[in-house]
Amino acid sequence: MTTFIELLLGGLSIGAVYALIALGFVVIFKATEVVNFAHASLLLAGGYVTAVLHDDIGFWPALAAGIAGAAAVGSAVEFLVIRRYRGSDHSVLAIVTIGVDILLTTELTRRMGTEVFSLGDPWGDRVLTVGGVTLAQTRVAAFVAAALLITVFLLAFRFTSWGVSMRAAAENPRTAALMGIRLGRVSLAAWAIAGALAAVAALFLTVFPTPGLERATSLAALKAFPAAILGGLDSTTGALAGGLIVGVTESLATGYQSDLSFLGRGIGDLAPYLVMVIVLLIRPAGLLGTKEPARV
Amino acid sequence: MPTLEIRALSAAYGPVRSLRDIDLDVPPGAITAVLGGNGAGKTTLLRALSRTLRFHGGTATGTVRFDGHPLERLRPDRIVAAGIVQVPEGRQVFARMTVADNLRAGALGAPGGRRAAAEALDRVHELFPVLARRAHQSAGLLSGGEQQMLAMGRALMARPRLLLLDEPSLGLAPLMAQRIADTVREINASGTSVLLVEQNAAIALRLATTAYVLEVGEVTLHGPADELAASDEVRRRYLGVVDEAAAADADRAAGTAVRALSRWSA
Ligand SMILES: Nc1ncnc2c1ncn2[C@@H]1O[C@H](COP(=O)(O)OP(=O)(O)OP(=O)(O)O)[C@@H](O)[C@H]1O
Ligand SMILES: [Mg+2]
Repeated sequence: MTTFIELLLGGLSIGAVYALIALGFVVIFKATEVVNFAHASLLLAGGYVTAVLHDDIGFWPALAAGIAGAAAVGSAVEFLVIRRYRGSDHSVLAIVTIGVDILLTTELTRRMGTEVFSLGDPWGDRVLTVGGVTLAQTRVAAFVAAALLITVFLLAFRFTSWGVSMRAAAENPRTAALMGIRLGRVSLAAWAIAGALAAVAALFLTVFPTPGLERATSLAALKAFPAAILGGLDSTTGALAGGLIVGVTESLATGYQSDLSFLGRGIGDLAPYLVMVIVLLIRPAGLLGTKEPARV
Repeated sequence: MPTLEIRALSAAYGPVRSLRDIDLDVPPGAITAVLGGNGAGKTTLLRALSRTLRFHGGTATGTVRFDGHPLERLRPDRIVAAGIVQVPEGRQVFARMTVADNLRAGALGAPGGRRAAAEALDRVHELFPVLARRAHQSAGLLSGGEQQMLAMGRALMARPRLLLLDEPSLGLAPLMAQRIADTVREINASGTSVLLVEQNAAIALRLATTAYVLEVGEVTLHGPADELAASDEVRRRYLGVVDEAAAADADRAAGTAVRALSRWSA
């Protein structure tokens, strides 16, 4: 039972981090109808900035710099690339983002080499024990931070003028333009926010018990894709649900791997994709999505 | 000096020319109507004014002046800020947002802060009480007539000096169409100029002081609305009055060749 609770809590924590990434992915899709395959490289960029700066300026300023850096990279991608292609087919844009991803990832991994970077977080490998249940402090921090950010985001999306313009532009850009809503700004803000969220996620993907930031971190970031897709590509709450489902599935499948050995090794990595396939068979638009993901 | 002054306006969607050398004036404080059948270029004209043609793959040339200031290089948000707001054809409410959020979206491009927006909201609720009652409902659940009210209320949230209306009576039952018409008159009476695009010539000519007839992208007739309403040409073609003798007269009086052509390609 204790094992189950530990796995569940660990899964919720990592799931909340996936939800952060998936949320950014969904925000970009809603605002610009672009499926952003460059998302993992935004995350890597944010993590890298934090990693190289924390020794000199301390962890928190470095984290802030990482968030700002990833937001800047996201904005730059929107401004320099996506904007030039506005009006072209969305599948063309999706392919353009693959190009951007290759470019960014190649440059970042060239800089990183084979090194594993610490991000200098204050939690280290300390654990928290409550009633026999043991959890790494980093997992608690991840859950709290992700939950906080997601709450703030959803409230802003629902209640602020920014949220109204975002939702209006997502639903009907041409009509939104008639209200004086600037579509370029909406799109730029979406990319910046997605970058910022990804940078926070980078931190929590690389803290204990993971060794640190390395090339393979972008692979972990890829798990946010099934999260976003199974939640429904155009649903913010779907991203949240999808992230948690992927996190918990992965955690339980990894934890009980020995009992599932008839399924072969590595089921933990596969489980998110299995869940996604099953969900999409039943609900092609995802759990909470309204559009067919196939439209891209 | 007219509020809006359009000169030699042409528009095209790629190779498809949709407007040709339009000259049109919208005097201040009045309702000006533009009549025309399907594909005449009415919507294209409004898109050219709101500078949103490029979102539809179109471009425009020519000059447009609003109180003497040129508009033809401005971004759509500057047009809204300058006081010109378009209500799109087919209402286009944000169906997944609440009525209240739709109205909020309408105020986003307007100059002035919260106070101004609150006053605009009061005014809209006064004009359309149903929007206050349905404030927290999804706009997609409103009836067609209510959606038209919402689309107009949303535009009024930006406190326009010139309102561009694209077929507000489209698809509405006569009673509802009449209510919308009354509201247009009321909006105009409170100081907003209106450029009204309609296929329903009967309603439009009753509301407007001046009117233009658009056929295949060109202005073929214009003048005071009551004179147009009395003209045989308009009566026969846009008001559905069938009068053989008058029709024959009209055809003889005007160059028939052009009209025969336009009838085929309309
Ligand atoms: N997005 C577009 N792309 C290409 N051509 C277009 C586009 N929109 C309109 N057109 C063409 O431009 C011409 C004028 O169309 P427009 O929509 O302005 O007419 P309209 O008078 O508003 O017609 P309706 O009364 O049916 O709304 C038509 O020939 C139409 O096919
Ligand atoms: Mg039209």
